[in-house]
Amino acid sequence: MITDTASENIHWDTVIGPKKSNLSLNLKEIWRYRDLLMLFVKKDIITVYKQTILGPIWFLLQPIFTTLTYVIIFGRIGGMADNTVPSILFFMGSVTLWNYFSDTLNITSKTFSDNASVFGKVYFPRIILPLSKVISGLIKFLIQFILFFVIWLFFLIKKTPPHIHPNMYILIFPFLLIIMSALGLGLGLFITSMTTKYRDLTFLVSFGVQLMMFATPVIYPVNKHLQYKFWLFLNPLTSVFEAFKYSFLGSGILDFGWLLYSCIFTSVVLIFGIFVFNKVERRFIDTV
Amino acid sequence: MSKNIVIKAENISKQYRLGQVGTGTLSHDLKRWWALARGKEDPYLKIGEENDRTKKAVGDYAWALKDINFEVAQGDTLGIIGKNGAGKSTLLKLLSRVTSPSTGTIKVKGRIASLLEVGTGFHPELTGRENIFLNGAILGMSKKEIASKFDEIVDFSGVEMYIDTPVKRYSSGMYVRLAFGVAAHLEPEILIVDEVLAVGDAEFQKKCLGKMGDVASDGRTIIFVSHNMQAVQSLCKSALYLKAGQVVDSGRTDKVINNYLSREVKNKMHSQWDNSEDAPGNEHIRLLGAEIISDLPNIIDPITVKTKLRMKFEFINFTDNTNINLSLSLYTVTGNCIFNVGTASKPLRKGEKYYGELEIPGNFLNDDIYTVQLLFVKDLSTVILNIEDIFVFEVFDEQRAGNWFGKWQGAVRPSFKFSLNNE
Repeated sequence: MITDTASENIHWDTVIGPKKSNLSLNLKEIWRYRDLLMLFVKKDIITVYKQTILGPIWFLLQPIFTTLTYVIIFGRIGGMADNTVPSILFFMGSVTLWNYFSDTLNITSKTFSDNASVFGKVYFPRIILPLSKVISGLIKFLIQFILFFVIWLFFLIKKTPPHIHPNMYILIFPFLLIIMSALGLGLGLFITSMTTKYRDLTFLVSFGVQLMMFATPVIYPVNKHLQYKFWLFLNPLTSVFEAFKYSFLGSGILDFGWLLYSCIFTSVVLIFGIFVFNKVERRFIDTV
Repeated sequence: MSKNIVIKAENISKQYRLGQVGTGTLSHDLKRWWALARGKEDPYLKIGEENDRTKKAVGDYAWALKDINFEVAQGDTLGIIGKNGAGKSTLLKLLSRVTSPSTGTIKVKGRIASLLEVGTGFHPELTGRENIFLNGAILGMSKKEIASKFDEIVDFSGVEMYIDTPVKRYSSGMYVRLAFGVAAHLEPEILIVDEVLAVGDAEFQKKCLGKMGDVASDGRTIIFVSHNMQAVQSLCKSALYLKAGQVVDSGRTDKVINNYLSREVKNKMHSQWDNSEDAPGNEHIRLLGAEIISDLPNIIDPITVKTKLRMKFEFINFTDNTNINLSLSLYTVTGNCIFNVGTASKPLRKGEKYYGELEIPGNFLNDDIYTVQLLFVKDLSTVILNIEDIFVFEVFDEQRAGNWFGKWQGAVRPSFKFSLNNE
């Protein structure tokens, strides 16, 4: 028989109980499952083009067609583009960035409902799945970004106007990507946690993301609508998109004050997202 | 203090909400949140019903598990038994961390891997090779571990030829074998196994059980849930018997299994009618009693395939000078007739007691649940009384040699003389 005092001294690897600290991300555990993270990423990338003839080329065709549509509809017909820069670059940059953000948000906001069958059978740190979606989205984004980069280089070398004026602020591009990823992930974690029990929010998300695109300078530049500048910049994505366009094309608004605001906004959303995600993940399988 | 405890469950309970999630849930959630915010206890943890599925629930909450305590020592194999709805699966879910308990804690030492359902996370578009890696990682293996076991897994599952084909093209058997192959090559300190025996053919079952035996002999711990008492008996050193979310018995496997069988199998083997109004019968014949007498030393011992049985019926005859014979049919619970036997026809006198007796030798019935129908026939042509289900009884399998525990084929299991000789 083991006495109580003796059992207190035993080291337990796992303690499964009703309560747990909600803020700890348990990085050690995530590190232990890093192979799973990478395999999920690999799965996401290769299953997309399984049994297709064009394969990974589809990653490129999608932004090309979207860009061409936007150039015609919003650029030519709507006259919304920034006329000081080539409209194909303007739209392609926006579309590539926006697709990354909206894909990340859409997919991470369905983490629990899409993976209920797997989560219902085995344990692994749940956060691995949304993280893998962020990374596979990033890879897809980088492939599409190469396309943008090639066209960008073409306009850079080309002698005839309209000209582009890239500047050294290109260096903050990785930082912009981090803000976008973190915001998409944070919002996604929050939404998926809230929708496991009450599905109401899912309806909001599907059209909310579409509406959000219009609140973000994707199809128009802010400097054409300066009277709404303050309201547009309240959207944390606005300063990111504008900074991107300013650094690569030389036309846009680079405002470090608003970038700081985006940074803080994103951090709060991410921390809050992780908090509710941790709270929900242990018991969501009972209510999903 | 020689025993090294690897799992210690203390007062674990699990409450589930009944019915649908809707606005009622929201108001409960708000009340719960308000109570917790004021530092009070969750008000809904105080209520809840015992998990009895036969009755309609009155409240909104039910306890799937209630105050479960147990310990598992390293190298032990613990069998969890109980009828459907006893809380076995909920307990496994808690152990495998799929969900967390409402109260109490489970402390675990070492890595747990569960085979709650094999093939979790298999992606139909991925090839066998890709799925081995993905599934292995989901189950907690590192890429390096999987790579070192890859050949063994492929060999075990026997799908080498199709390893680079998407698994959606696999037959269901191949799919299951591959999935189990991955799971079987995990090397956790604690392995949770749920009903693997339901999967695959005899050959494969043998492989699986052999693999589990290997794991156990390596000094690792196994928690095994099954309906198959023979498998539990031979694989597990100790057992835990759950009923309606509570532990009824735990300890040595044979003791617990006997307790389980005597409580859960509702046999109808003895009937005695004192009041002739209740007794089956009519104006011709009325039964007085019916019983099955076995040759088992202890009356509570289960009837096995080797047990010799005697069925005895006592009845009273009300009509004078009729020629009566008894006809008895034995059915399996699924309704297949195993045999029909009859007595010779005999003239019976009015108002006298008679009895019929049938002997079924040992080594004849297979393991199954049987029902007995008894007919009283007049003049070898007219049925004057038909009593269905006069007996209901279960025949259990014998402890078998070897590793295979699947259902023994056939309606009967005679032990005819069959030998293998050297010329």
